Amino acid sequence: MYEFARGPLIWIAFIVFICGSIYQVRKIALMAKKDKVVYPYLDLRSSVRSIVHWLMPYSTVNMRLRPAFSLLSGLFHICLLITPIFLTGHIISWEESWGISWWRLPESVTNVMTILVLLIGAFFFLRRIADPTVRYVTAASDFVVLAVVLSPFFTGLLAYYQVFNYETMITLHIWTGALWLMAIPFSRLKHMLFFPMTRAYMGSEFGFRGSKDW
Amino acid sequence: MANKPEENNVVDPGLDESIKKLTAEQIEQTVNRVLNQECSGRFKIFLDTCVHCGLCSEACHTYLSRDRDPRFAPVAKVKDTIWELVKRKGKVDGAFIKKMARIAFTECGACRRCSMYCPFGIDISYLILVVRRICNLLGVVPLYLQDTTNSHAATFNQMWVHQDEWIDTLQWQEDESQAEIPSARLPLEKEGAEVMYSVIAPEPKILAQLLGNINLIMRVAGIDWTMPASDGWDNSNMAMYSGDFEVMGRVERLHWDTAARLKVKKIVMGECGHAFRGAVYDGPRWLGWRQSPIPMVHAIEFYYDLLASGRIKIAKKFQEHVTVQDPCNTVRGRGLGEKLRYVINATCEHFTDMSPRFEHNYCCMAGGGTINCGPPWKRSRMLSNRIKAEQLEKTGAHIVVTPCHNCHSGIEDVIGFYKLGMHTKFISEILVEAMEIPADLKP
Repeated sequence: MYEFARGPLIWIAFIVFICGSIYQVRKIALMAKKDKVVYPYLDLRSSVRSIVHWLMPYSTVNMRLRPAFSLLSGLFHICLLITPIFLTGHIISWEESWGISWWRLPESVTNVMTILVLLIGAFFFLRRIADPTVRYVTAASDFVVLAVVLSPFFTGLLAYYQVFNYETMITLHIWTGALWLMAIPFSRLKHMLFFPMTRAYMGSEFGFRGSKDW
Repeated sequence: MANKPEENNVVDPGLDESIKKLTAEQIEQTVNRVLNQECSGRFKIFLDTCVHCGLCSEACHTYLSRDRDPRFAPVAKVKDTIWELVKRKGKVDGAFIKKMARIAFTECGACRRCSMYCPFGIDISYLILVVRRICNLLGVVPLYLQDTTNSHAATFNQMWVHQDEWIDTLQWQEDESQAEIPSARLPLEKEGAEVMYSVIAPEPKILAQLLGNINLIMRVAGIDWTMPASDGWDNSNMAMYSGDFEVMGRVERLHWDTAARLKVKKIVMGECGHAFRGAVYDGPRWLGWRQSPIPMVHAIEFYYDLLASGRIKIAKKFQEHVTVQDPCNTVRGRGLGEKLRYVINATCEHFTDMSPRFEHNYCCMAGGGTINCGPPWKRSRMLSNRIKAEQLEKTGAHIVVTPCHNCHSGIEDVIGFYKLGMHTKFISEILVEAMEIPADLKP
């Protein structure tokens, strides 16, 4: 199990993630052409303005109206994306497999980031149950997606602290991590891929009209 | 959850009777044709990207006014309509279509405020218009709204105005305005004029004094203008909101053809929001144009130009305490918030702004075709816009300047329903009172 996970599975996961993402982005880009009113109005300046405002903390009205939620969501996404890339354990694995390495974050920092992901993830889970507005539009798939995203962090943390059997934990971690990667292009996680595209569209729609969409 | 009040007690034959004529097969075919052939990239990306976060809810005036009833959040409106259609692949019944129509036509004004609050910028207004499209193709449209679309189809204007009535009304108003400025003229069919002025049908039908106002304004400003005597004078477009895009396209095409026939350099239009949207954005897009053939200038921008350039000077500012509404289609839809305030400040002594304002101001809950759904739905609209009443009250003003016909009527309704004791006015009404009429033009 471990051997398969540590080798072929990671290959499969990345291939599915990369090819799947290219497939989804290309498919949508082609469908947008059929939608005739998208490309003629896409404007680089308006798109970039919109994307930048929606990535920078507190630069949109909605973020300012909900400062706590914006902070939590922002932290969640930053930790989610940065941790796997700059985690010592991962960098060591890359070095063992490919002889490449890059700058790493201290483990004390990535531990905190991982715990943040889990805590804020728990908050998202509770929000879906406790907030009536969110609950009304929540389906089972929303919980499944959240579980898929949090599992690698949970199992990774347990493996790091050597809770339970290490080899079992690390195998589970690789499996859940692979599952997460492969789920990105084929579940609602593709919002990661589509964010710049929808933002560019709406930014251009408002920009064309001389107004701001943040 | 208890039924929404509308579900129990609103009678609208446009919905109630129309669904009786539907077959399951017809519904399924129409839904699938619209979702799979008329819709494409935008539809798919919006549905796939929405993470069900609910952040759009606080953007919507209906959600806020209904005490945060989850069913009024923009995402909930999409869930109750589109998600079901997609999940059931169009296999829904007449009762469901009626529910869809109620949500899409009367619970959303397509004002696009939610798109500014969604982290992805999802175009929920577009999704609601897709629902309206399906309802229109199935013939399930609120009766009063369908009547305006029928009027567009038959007379190219929204209110069954006949050509002789149109010309008579213009000439009557020309007469009236000459009491103030004897040389004020309303040149009909003047080929080669600089400006064609176009209005919405309610103006000749029920607000003819506005035509008198524009006579005076044009004369004082010395504008070389004209109006068409033929059909194609109405820039309004209810078909755009009822989902009858074919009629929408025909109406817009005639409007632009009329301007082309008169060889004008630009169209200046009266104070209406959706008309601007239809003429400059939705119409051209349906017709396959990237943009309108000649510039169309909204009244706000026109008055701004006249005042900023000094073509019109102010003799005495309007003295009453005013505030201002930001019509969605001219501010979110054209960025005219600053110019609007320039005009207000130039013509009014005592102005208190609204909050939130500019692009973030709330919809009047009359636009987007909602007020055109008629009396059966008035109470619903009022319940969905308590937030506007609260917003107006906070300004302490007595007059609300509403540079849009829908906002004008909608806010008047809100004022009456919530007993605010305020009044609405168009910019032109204030401008003609405040402007300086040069001595040589006076009687």
